[in-house]
Amino acid sequence: MSDKEFNYYISGDTGKWEVVIGLEVHAQVSSNAKLFSSSATQFGADPNSQVSLIDAAMPGMLPVINKFCVEQAVRTGLGLKAKINLTSVFDRKNYFYADLPQGYQISQYKYPIVGEGEVVLDMPYGTKKIGIERLHLEQDAGKSLHDQDPTKTFIDLNRSGVALMEIVSKPDLRSPEEVAEYIKKLRSIMRYLGTCDGNMEEGSLRADVNVSVRKVGSKDFGTRCEIKNVNSIKFMQQAIQYEAKRQVELLEEGKKIDQETRLFDTKKNETRQMRSKEDAHDYRYFPDPDLPPLKFSQSFVDIIKQKLPELPDDKKERLMNNYKLSSYEAGVLISDKDTSDYFEDIAKTSDVKLAINWVIGDLFAALNKLGKSIKETPISSKNLAKLIDLIKNNTISGRIAKEVFELMLKDNRDPKVIVEEKGLVQESNVGELEKIIEKVLKDNADKVAEYKSGKDKLFGFFVGSVIKESKGKANPALVNDLLKKKLS
Amino acid sequence: MSINKDTIKKISKLARITVTNDETDRLEKDLNSILKFVEQLKELNTDNVEPISSVSDQDLTMNKDEVKKINAKDDILKNAPEKNSNYYVVPKVIE
Repeated sequence: MSDKEFNYYISGDTGKWEVVIGLEVHAQVSSNAKLFSSSATQFGADPNSQVSLIDAAMPGMLPVINKFCVEQAVRTGLGLKAKINLTSVFDRKNYFYADLPQGYQISQYKYPIVGEGEVVLDMPYGTKKIGIERLHLEQDAGKSLHDQDPTKTFIDLNRSGVALMEIVSKPDLRSPEEVAEYIKKLRSIMRYLGTCDGNMEEGSLRADVNVSVRKVGSKDFGTRCEIKNVNSIKFMQQAIQYEAKRQVELLEEGKKIDQETRLFDTKKNETRQMRSKEDAHDYRYFPDPDLPPLKFSQSFVDIIKQKLPELPDDKKERLMNNYKLSSYEAGVLISDKDTSDYFEDIAKTSDVKLAINWVIGDLFAALNKLGKSIKETPISSKNLAKLIDLIKNNTISGRIAKEVFELMLKDNRDPKVIVEEKGLVQESNVGELEKIIEKVLKDNADKVAEYKSGKDKLFGFFVGSVIKESKGKANPALVNDLLKKKLS
Repeated sequence: MSINKDTIKKISKLARITVTNDETDRLEKDLNSILKFVEQLKELNTDNVEPISSVSDQDLTMNKDEVKKINAKDDILKNAPEKNSNYYVVPKVIE
């Protein structure tokens, strides 16, 4: 959406429709042990090797809550500027499924640990606040593999009991783009806080997407469908596009939307019904008798609050103020904490304008090409700062800098050493430059004549030729001045 | 509020517990008498009384975030009616 105005509507035969979206994000807490047991949470372990008697729901086992997980839920709540509930309650959410050995999931229903908060999105048409309804702690289920055998399902309980934060948004989102921004922002906040690694490939972050449609201008919500367990931003966007169109078509045919759970088929790029109506889930929630209410004091919250890092929104404002960056530049930097740290390392000592251009320009392009993240960058911030200093103090030209940069990508060598070794120091000696200019003008006497008869555009040709003659080392600003004098 | 045979069938289906017709009759009686007792309790005025979710007067105790490595795979899978390559194996469940 390049437009400066919001314009995501579905045009039907009867008019324009607005899409209303709410998300239930499941974010895995970055803990060592599970929510109610001491088993490891490590991804990719051998099947059923990280399963305690509690996780396998053996009779007589009692759950004991992991304090770290409670702290991370509070931390995340504070990051979402949300109300923290000093008392919350764990309930049993009952359903029967092969990868849920307890026959119920321990979750929080009426009294979640975190209440209302908000996430602010930067959209091309301005900032938009998305309400957070709640955040609660719950157990993850095991993993079912359906493709190992034609008639059987294989179950791995390693994930069973891992701590999840379910973050429920209000139905404030209105387009696939807003959903993408919301997920990115939420993930960035949790990464800054260190509460969830946000790794969608490993399933640490996934979402149930609630979609409904209504006529533009209508205040009432339509009947919604819930698309379960979507694990990439791209799939969320595709699922919403498909589902909204499906609902508009049904409504325009005079049919009703059934409130139901659907799944997104990534191969066919469509949503379809997941469970038949009569089996619709009736979770029969009730307080877990094994777990008294979770209570903590305000000072428990305050201690966590004191240790909160600078969050993305605050950092963006600070970067814009301190370094006079544009909203766009600051926005790019804060999307990843490692990127903004890298930039600030350079900007502390070196030219800010050059720093931002090199980081989000050349460095990003190079990393992209290498398929590496900023954490794996071959060029340290210290060395890029040195390169920027060399440009700033006129030791090398911007053109030479690009050459040096390419060499640095290979082995992260000190740019000063590269410049000296290859004899790339910029030629700023007026006498030397004049010699080159003389030669170029002599070799191109015809062009000089043309220039003098009014073909101003040729000036660029002379500058280019001089720099070429100097093997790129001539100081372009100086060449400009000298040529102007010579040709006037 | 009262419970009829259909509700009992629904609950038993959700819990995957087979209930025979005889049992349904008995359960209907039992459950309705329990509900009747609850109805009686509801006569009490509980305005301004905080609801409780646990009758014990305890707070939740908390554990440290420490992994105890007990690979109980073999013990746990002993209970599996069917297994393969360290997975539990169950009839196909497809949504």
